[in-house]
Amino acid sequence: MGEATRDIEALIEIMAKLPGLGPRSARRAVLHMIKKRALLMAPLAEALQRVADSARQCLTCGNICTAEICDICASDKRATGELCVVEDVADLWAMERAGAFGGRYHVLGGTLSALDGIGPEDLSIPRLCRRVSEENITEVILALNATVDGATTAHYIAEELEGRVRVTSLAQGVPIGGELDYLDDGTIGAALRARKAL
Amino acid sequence: MGRLFVRELGLSHFRSYRLARLELDGRPVAIFGANGAGKTNLIEAVSLLSPGRGLRRAPGGDLARRPEALGWKIQVLVESPARAHEVELWAESGAPRQTRIDGKAAPQLALGRILRMLWLVPAMDRLWIEGAEGRRRFLDRMAMSFAPEHAQAVLTYEKAMRERNRLLREQVRDAAWYGALEARMAEAGARIMVNRRRALARVAAAQAGAATGFPAALLALAAVEGDLVEGERELAEALAAGRGRDLAAGRTLTGPHRVDLEARYADKGVAARQCSTGEQKALLISLVLANARALAEDLGAPPLLLLDEVAAHLDADRRAALFDEICALGAQAFLTGTGRELFDGLGERAQFVEVEESSDASLLRCIGAGDG
Ligand SMILES: Nc1ncnc2c1ncn2[C@@H]1O[C@H](COP(=O)(O)OP(=O)(O)OP(=O)(O)O)[C@@H](O)[C@H]1O
Ligand SMILES: [Mg+2]
Ligand SMILES: [Zn+2]
Repeated sequence: MGEATRDIEALIEIMAKLPGLGPRSARRAVLHMIKKRALLMAPLAEALQRVADSARQCLTCGNICTAEICDICASDKRATGELCVVEDVADLWAMERAGAFGGRYHVLGGTLSALDGIGPEDLSIPRLCRRVSEENITEVILALNATVDGATTAHYIAEELEGRVRVTSLAQGVPIGGELDYLDDGTIGAALRARKAL
Repeated sequence: MGRLFVRELGLSHFRSYRLARLELDGRPVAIFGANGAGKTNLIEAVSLLSPGRGLRRAPGGDLARRPEALGWKIQVLVESPARAHEVELWAESGAPRQTRIDGKAAPQLALGRILRMLWLVPAMDRLWIEGAEGRRRFLDRMAMSFAPEHAQAVLTYEKAMRERNRLLREQVRDAAWYGALEARMAEAGARIMVNRRRALARVAAAQAGAATGFPAALLALAAVEGDLVEGERELAEALAAGRGRDLAAGRTLTGPHRVDLEARYADKGVAARQCSTGEQKALLISLVLANARALAEDLGAPPLLLLDEVAAHLDADRRAALFDEICALGAQAFLTGTGRELFDGLGERAQFVEVEESSDASLLRCIGAGDG
């Protein structure tokens, strides 16, 4: 096997590890890129390198961005006093795509799960509590998945924040186990408008 | 009365079957053949068309035909009062089970809304004398037959309890974490208890004044230890109060998972566990028939009945009574037994299927009215 073939095989193998891609689709994607080397592959390589160098977590909310503080946390317009708590960055991005929320976010980085060895310290719950006191937060909106772990985490946070701030949760138009990231924009907006106190 | 029945059943590489197909018309199905022929395998396939692991509670890996172990598939066409449904259930080798209803992928729990079924298997013969777990499972299947959403409540409760048990074992002392899990358990647990109570009430009502050849059973719920706790608030309080004791035990000691089902032979006033073997069996059959009658009333169609080796344990009178009651109910009952003569009493009222073990696979043969 020539060196070039080996490199291509290695690339396919890496691509196949991406979510939504398998060996067959990775092969197709790599072939396509090679055919469009100048138009696609070189710019892609460059973009990948830039993001690899610069992508990082926002120190405040946990969003993925390229600066210490993400655009949302940096924007004064987003300081509405509302803080939306989500499980992961994909959920944050889904909320942003829906464009239904004008406040800021807090990414937990998962849900409480004793069976998976994830406790409150492994999530950014202590930081959430600090933000509530430091950022003039008037309402914390919990947008967690309707799983047992999601509901447990919501309950836990509501307990921790009790008496300090109004805590609400998204209306459960969200199907059980259905993740925010898979909901369409209209559903997210409706769930947000119909939020209820915990 | 409407009808609920399996019109077509297809098996592919399921247990001892390579390829098999049955066309049914809704009458009871008498399945006979030698030991090891494949009778229980056949009705196990039907039992998998309800949420859970079927009447053998088998792990997924056991279901694929050996030695190939390629994966397996069950396909059925179900007739119900509202409409017909096509259900497919299969697993690729080693992969989890998948369900498709009318061509669309569906969660396993969705099966509970299409096919209601009740079963009796020989392993349940000792139900009244063995541990509470088997009786609790019997109770929950009864509750699920009336309220398919019961299965979800049980899953939610058990998941939250497993989480809590892990905290207990690891001696975690975060009160807010316990509180959050106990809130889930209390909410689901209260629903579980309501569903169980409702099921008992429906079965009791169906036994009262019924013309049946089987003895009525009085059912009651009891706590394995301590008091029965049922409401959401009460459950949450009991769980919170029990944390110290549970920490010492390393598991949760109160709640719906610690409930037992007690039965008495009504006319004799004797606890089921003190009844004779035949009486215990008769009580079980009586409960299943009452459950089926109540369901028929609620749904407008009787459920499927899977009765593995029930005929063999009954004397001729009781057997005739069972056949009459099944036919009066209009249920598609799948009955198994080693000899065809066990089912002679059914005559034209049933379909007959002979199961044979050929060199390396089970074969099905439908026997027409005049055959045999
Ligand atoms: N995964 C499998 N692959 C191949 N054969 C299997 C598999 N699982 C079970 N069997 C075999 O299927 C055969 C039939 O089993 P089944 O329990 O259906 O018999 P039966 O007709 O109910 O017999 P009995 O009258 O003794 O209850 C058994 O010999 C068993 O070993
Ligand atoms: Mg058998
Ligand atoms: Zn940020």
